[in-house]
Amino acid sequence: MLKHLALTAASVTALTMALSAPLVSTAHAQAKEQFFPVLSYRTGAYAPNGTPFANGYVDYLKMLNARDGGVGGVKITYEECETGYATDRGVECYERLKGKGPTGAAVFHTLSTGITFALTDKSFTDKIPIITAGYGRADSVDGQVFKWNFPLGGTYWGAADMLIQHVGKKEGGVDKLKGKKIALVYHDSPYGKEPIALLQERAKMHGYELSLLPVTHPGVEQKATWLQIRQNRPDYVFLWGWGVMNGTALKEAVAVGYPRDKMYGVWWAGAEPDVRPAGDGAKGYNALTFMAPAGQGKVHQDVLKHVHDKGQGTGPKAEVGEVLYNRGLVAAMMSVEGVKRAQTKHGKKPLTGEQVQWGLENLALDQKALAALGFAGYADNISTSCVDHEGGSVAKIHTWDGNKWVVGAEQYTADQQIIKPMIKASAVKYAAEKKVAARDCAKELASK
Amino acid sequence: MATKKNGPVIALGVVLGIGFVAPLLAGQPLGFFLEVTLGGLMAGVLYSLVALGFVLIFKASGVFNFAQGAMVLFAALALARLAEWLPGWVGIPAGLPALALAFVLATGIMIVLAMLIERIVLRPLVAQDPVALLMATLGVTFFLDGFGQTIWGSDVYKIDMGISKDPTIILESMFQGGILISKEDLVATVIAAVLVLGLAIFFQKTATGRALRAVADDHQAAQSIGIPLNRIWVIVWAVAGFVALVAGMVWGAKLGVQFSLAQLALKALPVVILGGFTSIPGAILGGLIIGVGEKISEVFLGPVLIKAFDLAGGGIENWFAYVLALLFLMVRPEGLFGEKHIDRV
Repeated sequence: MLKHLALTAASVTALTMALSAPLVSTAHAQAKEQFFPVLSYRTGAYAPNGTPFANGYVDYLKMLNARDGGVGGVKITYEECETGYATDRGVECYERLKGKGPTGAAVFHTLSTGITFALTDKSFTDKIPIITAGYGRADSVDGQVFKWNFPLGGTYWGAADMLIQHVGKKEGGVDKLKGKKIALVYHDSPYGKEPIALLQERAKMHGYELSLLPVTHPGVEQKATWLQIRQNRPDYVFLWGWGVMNGTALKEAVAVGYPRDKMYGVWWAGAEPDVRPAGDGAKGYNALTFMAPAGQGKVHQDVLKHVHDKGQGTGPKAEVGEVLYNRGLVAAMMSVEGVKRAQTKHGKKPLTGEQVQWGLENLALDQKALAALGFAGYADNISTSCVDHEGGSVAKIHTWDGNKWVVGAEQYTADQQIIKPMIKASAVKYAAEKKVAARDCAKELASK
Repeated sequence: MATKKNGPVIALGVVLGIGFVAPLLAGQPLGFFLEVTLGGLMAGVLYSLVALGFVLIFKASGVFNFAQGAMVLFAALALARLAEWLPGWVGIPAGLPALALAFVLATGIMIVLAMLIERIVLRPLVAQDPVALLMATLGVTFFLDGFGQTIWGSDVYKIDMGISKDPTIILESMFQGGILISKEDLVATVIAAVLVLGLAIFFQKTATGRALRAVADDHQAAQSIGIPLNRIWVIVWAVAGFVALVAGMVWGAKLGVQFSLAQLALKALPVVILGGFTSIPGAILGGLIIGVGEKISEVFLGPVLIKAFDLAGGGIENWFAYVLALLFLMVRPEGLFGEKHIDRV
């Protein structure tokens, strides 16, 4: 009986990891409205990071409705679906929301590289764009193969490239990295594995020694990882974590005495929920900052005035201006600007995902346009095309001083000479595997 | 005859023993090996803390309480949030005084929770199949996970026990780089030792403890001499709740109080399979074996496997405990110190 009970308990353990039902919040689907699905995670291991992002995203949509009456006169509707950062639940949410609203979902932000991988194949038949701003598949920059993916503003290959540029600069030039040790502590998932190819490519070029230290979900067991770091004493540690993994990494770094100023996180490992749990131990820790750093600009004033001051804020008021909240705002702005651009071609009416794809592929957001939107200093230029679905890739380094993030002056741009051949090779491989016919962008442009 | 019967267990022990010393035989530095072993022992203590809660409830009621991990999370959330809120509510100084008062209040909350679980979930299911009770505790798990986040929040919260986070290095003259000791882990070990001692005294020396043991041995016989089963269940769930609070406090101070604590606490399941469902010493020893085993395998075996088979990543730490438990189920289902169960037909 005991054995039977133990086996049952073990089975139930496995079930528990997988079981959970998506939670759906608000639903507003009426005619003459543009529907925006919101995949979010407000519960589970990644909730501390997922929640402020979702709050920023939803607040921006609410603000546009209150301030402008929607986008181009079309009221915005949205519905949240809880993914728990799990790929299966993300796909379930996608299936549930893709057909909502009078014209279906305008665009999806998956907020998970795993979900992005799962949905990319579906995008070719569903014809709904997927924005993965600063995450997702790096090779989806190639719009000729990945028509529906938009890794706007940056990819993990770009992020890894910029980190190497930064530590190279600290050493007096990337050639000085020869013989240095760099350890990548990464979330053992598609997200965490994305930068490996670029770091290996750069290692071949510059002669540094790269060690790969995977951390399994959710990332709270890192003692063995950091004992290895204490033993090997890498010159730099790159942290590719998400959620609780980041705070745990910083705590373990303190526990083994690894200097925090030698640690560099990707932009998803550089927000307030990542450093606060480690207290003073996080001082000196660095991370890339992508698009919006912490702080408030005009867009925040509008959100506070039209949303929070009317008691309509999605989250706490104090959160407005934090790193992940701001990134949610920028993500929503990208979605809306895609629709707005598409309206210039298709008219100010509810648009389908296919129509919005054109808008996203023809974005031209320079600093003047961003300032008009209230994002001066809180977003970087984005200029997309049929060939380039990234639209630019720049970032800075910010450092936690114990109370706030301090943004460095240097701005880095991903080295496309290294990245482009990798993107091309990977995209061609994907197209061959999935039998995707690559688009002829020159021909498409000529036919317009 | 006995040796023949124990042959598979001995063989498994020999394999584990060889695996343990293999890094040294392969030329790994002794200092680093000792450091990893110590780290594993201390992680094992944390697993044991949660496993104790499983054992207590199973021992007294035959219920496998799947909700123990969720109780750890719920208790830790209550402690962390109350310690944060109390200075504002009652003017008590923040820090250790607030934490101490929050600990008392959280103990009360766990006792109330134990009473509610007994009254609402367990009492209606008395004399049902053990699997039904297991499923009921599964329901309690989901409820506590969700309800805990609803009332206490889903952010990462701090528990500050005032212990320095800086590393302590010992034996630097003997080993290059010395051996790293974590003060937090040391304090956790002391707390676990005190808790086990307290539980041993409670079970052996108090009337309630003796009643608990009597119920564990034979429900019906215990009831026939006037021991109230319902009261005993409340007591044992309350004690398990207290153990969850202590485990949550120690883990929360180390990792931060967040949702993943509940999942991490599930590591106690293989610990009790290894040590035995009914043995407190088994829970301790099982935790230590699993703690050391997973750290040794992750640090030393992982890189070898990755290199030899060109694997994508490590993660041995995550499955080692479950594989070991599975092997134990095959060769010794009652665990190291568990009571052998014989069904007479």
